[in-house]
Amino acid sequence: MSTIRIGNGQGFWGDNIDAPIQLLRGGDLDYLGMDYLAEVTLSIMMRQKLKDPSAGYARDFIGFIRTVLPDLVERKVRVLTNAGGLNPQACRARILEVARELGISGVRVGIVEGDDLLDRLPDLVAAGHSLENMDTGDPIKPHLDMMSSANAYLGARPVVEALEQDALIVLCGRVTDTALALAPAIHAFGWAEDDWDRLAAGTIAGHILECGPQCTGGNFTRWEEVPDLWNVGYPVVEASPDGSFVVTKQPGSGGMVTIDTVSEQLLYEMGDPNTYITPDVVADFTSIQLEQEGPDRVRVSGIRGRERTDSLKVSASYLHGFKASGQLTVVGPRAVDKARLCADIVWKRLERAGVVFAPDNREVEVLGTDACLPGITPVADDPSEVVLHIGVRDADFAKVERFGKELAPLVTSGPPGVTGFAAGRPKPQRVVAYWPALLDRTEVESHLRVSVEES
Amino acid sequence: MRVPLARIAHARSGDKGDGSNIGLIANHPRFFEVLVQEVTAERVKAHFARLCRGKVERFEIPNLCALNFLLHDALGGGGTESLKTDAQGKTHGTGLLRMEIDVPDALLAGELA
Repeated sequence: MSTIRIGNGQGFWGDNIDAPIQLLRGGDLDYLGMDYLAEVTLSIMMRQKLKDPSAGYARDFIGFIRTVLPDLVERKVRVLTNAGGLNPQACRARILEVARELGISGVRVGIVEGDDLLDRLPDLVAAGHSLENMDTGDPIKPHLDMMSSANAYLGARPVVEALEQDALIVLCGRVTDTALALAPAIHAFGWAEDDWDRLAAGTIAGHILECGPQCTGGNFTRWEEVPDLWNVGYPVVEASPDGSFVVTKQPGSGGMVTIDTVSEQLLYEMGDPNTYITPDVVADFTSIQLEQEGPDRVRVSGIRGRERTDSLKVSASYLHGFKASGQLTVVGPRAVDKARLCADIVWKRLERAGVVFAPDNREVEVLGTDACLPGITPVADDPSEVVLHIGVRDADFAKVERFGKELAPLVTSGPPGVTGFAAGRPKPQRVVAYWPALLDRTEVESHLRVSVEES
Repeated sequence: MRVPLARIAHARSGDKGDGSNIGLIANHPRFFEVLVQEVTAERVKAHFARLCRGKVERFEIPNLCALNFLLHDALGGGGTESLKTDAQGKTHGTGLLRMEIDVPDALLAGELA
């Protein structure tokens, strides 16, 4: 078997919708990964599904499939995605409908189920799994009632199973981003379940791909060196059976692939570089060798891995009160002083109304000074204009809503030269907090289901 | 000569729980050793004193001529709970590159390997 080409056309929920089409039509491709789930997305999908049992997946994906399905079928490009969210069944039903509407028969759509643990949480706790919060050490039991989603991160194996059943499209819920790149390599090259070095190589290929254009010039430090960023090419990995691979992009696209752009992405969201834990393997980033083998082509080799761990990561979420924030633009002279006065006025008027927020639950930033990097970014003596960003959070919806009513009055009852309040009163938003935990992998793997249906 | 890190390195940052990570990479392999010597966890903690409430950890990745820093408790509550504009630490890499360090003149001029 020669090399396979794996692309990533969607790095996160809300990414550019034309990018995967450009990637698909810009050159050769065998597999296309599409990521739609941020950490808290499933909690939002849970609310959608409660309102409508046929919802709870990434609807953007349906529009994408409607546009590209003829190309996928003609060129046999297979799509791997977590767009199934909390409802891969409904997502598949909709895709099969779209295929029939387009008059395309024989489209095989696979789903992977078993990551959703919300209904199983009480049983798991009763069976002795503490599911303690990895950040705080708290056990989950006293908080069971407030959990709004709970999903295990699945690895590549169930995705491989769907590919082996000849699925053109594989719909997952919660699955690691790296699995979407590793699974095609396992499927194409027949890598063994304990071939740790190669599994680590496929995993690191997935890590490089997972944020889309962040390895092809997007978010790169020396941005002025990057050509045609507006048309940045989303990444393609050419994977070889021996585990080495080349990071590249489609011909004619913007951006660039260099050792520097790939290195930055390798370190993105990195913890301990020796121990990058996924459901499939523990990868060692200190083994990676990079070589510029041609323009926009970086060869990655030498990767080592170790045996996978006995547990899987669970990503649960719960509602944790409300927050709201708003902005006002203030022009100088003395713009900073006037912005700070505006903030003081808000807190004092709220206090007069009996609404008080703890210091940790309120935020005042004067954007245009050193708000994002306090004490680090140089500040002009008297900036010509600044933006006041002011926000609160609290368990009490009414308090947060009351805060939202104090910004607009500043335009007439605060200092002069305050403007830019067009967005209306800031509305309280639910805070979805994140509960990371570990769970014995056998508890998840015993409940995995993979199935394929055809249009 | 005293120069900003941006002169000899590039960086990328993002969120990691309630903190951020910053990957710092030498622009050329000859600058890696001076990064290891000068950009210690203690100095990074001091640089981000008003932002990072927790400790700073440092890891070395010599094969990439890079260092990785974890800034704990640096996002005002993390991801969805934070009220900060930069709730995900996206700017922290750019911020680190403003740190000033001493680099031998000959190394800057490319005269030392």
